[in-house]
Amino acid sequence: MTSLVGAPIEAKYEKGEPVLTREAYGNTVVALGKVNPRIAVLDADLAQSTLTKFFRDDPETGVRFVECGIAEQNMMNIAAGLSTMGFIPFISSYAQFLASRSLDQARNTVDYTNLNVKIAAAHGGISVGQDGPSHQSMEDISNMCALVNMTVVVPADYYETIKVVRWAAEYVGPVYFRLGREKVPISTSADDPWVHGKALMLADGADGTIIACGYMVHKAVDALEMLGEEGIHPRLLNMSTIKPIDSEAIIAAAAETGAITTAEEHNVYGGLGSIVARVVVESDYRVPMRIVGIPNMYLGSAPADDLCEVAGLTPENIAAKHKEALGTARMEGSA
Amino acid sequence: MTALNWPKERIQEMAKTIRRDVLVGIFKAASGHPGGPLSAADYLTALWFRHLRLDPENPKWENRDRFIMSNGHCSMLNYALLARRGFFDPSYLMTFRTKDSRLQGHPNATELEGLEVNTGSLGQGLSVGVGMALGARFSKLDDVRVFVNVGDGELQEGQMWEAAMSAGHYKLDNLIVTVDYNDAQIDGHVKNVMRIDPLSDKLRAFHWDVVWADGHNIDSILIAFQGAIEAKNGRPTAIIFKTLMMKGCPSYEDDPGWHGRPPKHDEVAIMLKELGFDETPQEALASYGEPRFK
Repeated sequence: MTSLVGAPIEAKYEKGEPVLTREAYGNTVVALGKVNPRIAVLDADLAQSTLTKFFRDDPETGVRFVECGIAEQNMMNIAAGLSTMGFIPFISSYAQFLASRSLDQARNTVDYTNLNVKIAAAHGGISVGQDGPSHQSMEDISNMCALVNMTVVVPADYYETIKVVRWAAEYVGPVYFRLGREKVPISTSADDPWVHGKALMLADGADGTIIACGYMVHKAVDALEMLGEEGIHPRLLNMSTIKPIDSEAIIAAAAETGAITTAEEHNVYGGLGSIVARVVVESDYRVPMRIVGIPNMYLGSAPADDLCEVAGLTPENIAAKHKEALGTARMEGSA
Repeated sequence: MTALNWPKERIQEMAKTIRRDVLVGIFKAASGHPGGPLSAADYLTALWFRHLRLDPENPKWENRDRFIMSNGHCSMLNYALLARRGFFDPSYLMTFRTKDSRLQGHPNATELEGLEVNTGSLGQGLSVGVGMALGARFSKLDDVRVFVNVGDGELQEGQMWEAAMSAGHYKLDNLIVTVDYNDAQIDGHVKNVMRIDPLSDKLRAFHWDVVWADGHNIDSILIAFQGAIEAKNGRPTAIIFKTLMMKGCPSYEDDPGWHGRPPKHDEVAIMLKELGFDETPQEALASYGEPRFK
């Protein structure tokens, strides 16, 4: 088997250019399947949408594609069975179905037995928009992070998705990674390193730190620009691995920059913000924090940008919350 | 290592030993599920000591048959089968459900070699078996057969039917399901709690072959397994074993109350006597000696 981890990635998109993360997924599993005959892909009647159709329709890889029909619970455990036979199954559906409907199977069979199953959750968050809350996923990070052996990754863009999928094929153990529906502006570089469990610093600064994941990273990049115009220069961390969390980077951010704002496309109960807050309060640097996320509500059915406005998942709100956090910090004299 | 191919008299004698292992182990733990293990003991002993290709010295042997106890609460039966086939010392059965024991309440494969997957949350094992059968096909492991034991009450779980549909769709004739049809579950007899019949019609409609057998008659059991194993017709097979909860202990048979409660001292004394053992519970316990794994 030839490893693809660290292999060059063609820098075909510029920073800021909107690209599908699921396209990166669909193409990468085909590339993996061609160098590793143990890679299998399963889907539950969404191959058109998750783009596993690339794997299905390639004669070389299609022999290890398992169409499961609309039966996510069965799919999760078929993958478990395949993994015990030495295969590396990637299962694909929407995040809402994988992390909710088949949560019992993910917990009791895959995670508890510590099986080598890769859960590729498309249409994560609310960016699926007009399909409405039945298809939006704002609790998957919380659900999956509570599973003992599971590692949870939310890639920020196309390039990072390629790196994460390549890595997941070689990592032994269960992995949950979240992809979106909408095109996401590129915010990392093709040749940026990606290390499991490590945050990527996209900008350094002394005026607090913004920590974002997935779809919110490019919005945090925009927020940084807005703040910059006011002479405020925060650090920006792309926290793609949610579990295990990069405590070291969080504590360094608290110690060195004095305030933290998190941004995620997830319910504020139990997502990135909650996890970062736990690390902060258990550290020696209990700096002010603000958490930008979905304020515990179903957001309805509308284009993604409109829903983001409702939930406050905007660069403007990230910037405003961060100024609040910095203001509190300065009042308390800790920054 | 190949199948043991034991004759029926030896299998019957072993089934008696295994019933004793189950009852004494659960009595010692004062916790566990005796009812299902006693209903499935005859046909699973036949499977394990005649047909299953396993290598206790090499539990991960690639060409082994796979066995899943999908109704994981019958863990004590799985442990007794493993111990008696040489995966660990029978004395270790007396550590069931205690701190630091590998013999957890429900099977944990990360602790005990010989188990294939963790079970306990009902309805999940058949789907895993489908994945194993597909994996064997992808790997061209044509000798590998996948056996999944399920409870009849477990068939009330919706996922069982997702799994049944996929096994039929993928024509998995390397998959054999044994159904412990004892008509007993926690809240009463299955037919009163939630009917699962007509089971044959349901499974056949999902493109399965279905065989019925008397789960306590060794000839019926052996004929059913032989036929299911030889059938290579593009259809998975279900063998529905008609059984009685607590079989072997007539004073307690067919009582759903025994699904998940350990016998008390006076009860296990009667059970041992009814199984044909002339010993007190203390003597039975002492006979296992100091627990050691190997």
